[in-house]
This record gives sequence, C-alpha cells and structure tokens, in this order.
Amino acid sequence: MLILECPYCGVKAEETELSPGYEAHLKRFGPGSSPEEFEAYMFARKNPKGVHFERWRHTYGCGKWFLAARCTATLEVFGTYPAQVSEPPADIIAKIQARRPGWTPDGKAPK
Amino acid sequence: MSEPVSAPVSALNGASFQGFATIREIGPLGMITLRAKGVKALDKAVKAVTGTKLPVQRRIEIKGDRACGWMSPDEYLLILPYPEVAEALAKLAKALAGEHHLAVDVSDARAIFRIEGDKAADVLRKLSPVDFERLEPGELRRSRAAQVAAALWAQDGGFTLVCFRSVAGYVMGLLTHSAQPGSEL
Repeated sequence: MLILECPYCGVKAEETELSPGYEAHLKRFGPGSSPEEFEAYMFARKNPKGVHFERWRHTYGCGKWFLAARCTATLEVFGTYPAQVSEPPADIIAKIQARRPGWTPDGKAPK
Repeated sequence: MSEPVSAPVSALNGASFQGFATIREIGPLGMITLRAKGVKALDKAVKAVTGTKLPVQRRIEIKGDRACGWMSPDEYLLILPYPEVAEALAKLAKALAGEHHLAVDVSDARAIFRIEGDKAADVLRKLSPVDFERLEPGELRRSRAAQVAAALWAQDGGFTLVCFRSVAGYVMGLLTHSAQPGSEL
C-alpha cells in the first residue's frame, strides 16, 4: 500500500484516498510546436524502473493536486511537494540522491 | 399556517439506529462553503458568522451550535443554525466585498450524522482509512466512508460525520451495518 503525505493538508493518505495523475513535470507543446514535439508531449512517457515523479490528487481529502517522487521498483517514497513547480525542488533531489547515490534528474552521470 | 410549506427536511428525516453505538442522522444544519485565501478580512468575516476564530490547517473551531472547519488551504466550512444562513451570507458578502472569494449555501446538499457511544470510533474505523488513535481533538479529517467522500471530527464524546445528501441513505446503511451488535472490534 502506497502512503503519500499530502503537502497541502499534511495528511498521511493511503492510496485509496488518492487519485493517480501519471507523470509529473510534463512540458506542454501546443500550437506552433513541431509535430515531433507535440507527439512526444502527447504520447511519450518515461515509464522508468526506479525513480519517478508523479502527479497525485488528494481526491477524498483536500482535493488538491500534488507531486510525489517515488521508486517504481521498490515503492519507496522519497517525498511529496506542492504542484506549483516546473521541476523537482532541490531538497527532494537531495533526498533521492541520499538513497540512490549517482542518480541525477536528467539521467546523466554527475560531474 | 404556522409552518411554511417548504419547511426544511433533513436527508433521512432524523433516522437513527441503536447498535453497539448510536447512529443518528441530525439536521438540517446550516452550512456555508467559503472559499478564500490570503484575504485580510477573512478572520473578521468568519468571526461575525460563527463566533470562532479562523481554524488553522485541519482544525475545526466549535462554539455552541456554530463551527468553522478547515477543508483545504482555500476552503472553509461554516456551520450554523439553518434559519440563519441567508443572513450569514449577507454578512460574508459585506465583510468580504471587493475581495476574491466565494460563499455558497450548501445546507441542502449535505447530510450530517452523529455516531455516539464508547465504541463510536470502531464504527468509523471499519469504513475510513483514518488512524483514529492519532486523530486529535478538534481535528477535522476529510476522507472517505467506504466509497463516498466524508468529513468527520470528534465532538461531545462521539463523532460528527458530514457527507453529500445524495449518498445519505448509503452512508446510513454503512454506519448501521458497521454498528451491528457483536461486531465490535
């Protein structure tokens, strides 16, 4: 059972109180973008085995969307954070790197 | 003609059940959804209607038959006697004039239940993914009761549960079944 702490109301909500919103931090490509960009935005999802950023909604609680960083292989949750950001905050990245040495957000090896 | 034709009726007309805890459908209660965030006059506006201070995160401030609950970072639930809703809405509109807010009468959209008795928490424990051992006094917890959304808080030695009126029958069924004598946890 996945338990995520809602950053808005502070409830440690279990999975049945939440609704999944799939991959987080998607960059929207709308009118004016190339067909390749739009296709990637529309269909291409990361689906990693390991660290993943997701959108979740506290449906049965405060009703707010928030973001979560977790591992798809072990279900380990690294942290949750409010949705008003376009990339993972530094403290979340630090928490992930503490547990997954060598991991970087863009998948490249650290300098 | 002392009673108006459209006298308010609660969802289940005050249905009750006596199991290992007492279930009572109460109401009608006046309820106002107030949505606002970062509005200066909010404290005063709420105080004028419920007589309570503005609750902090996940709290409910109760004073007599009035209360103000924190529902989300930008939503509050005001509870007051049913006949006073129109007046309260006028007060809110005046106090929050010019500010970005929304105040709506939801009294008739909700059903409200009391679960009373020593083992009242056991009734709810079977229905909601809530840790009742850690539910603090004065904490308002929004969660679910089986398949429907519900908000609940401890009050006067029991629990008060609010759900949508359209699912009042379903929730009464849940509570009744959960409170069957012999099914204590």
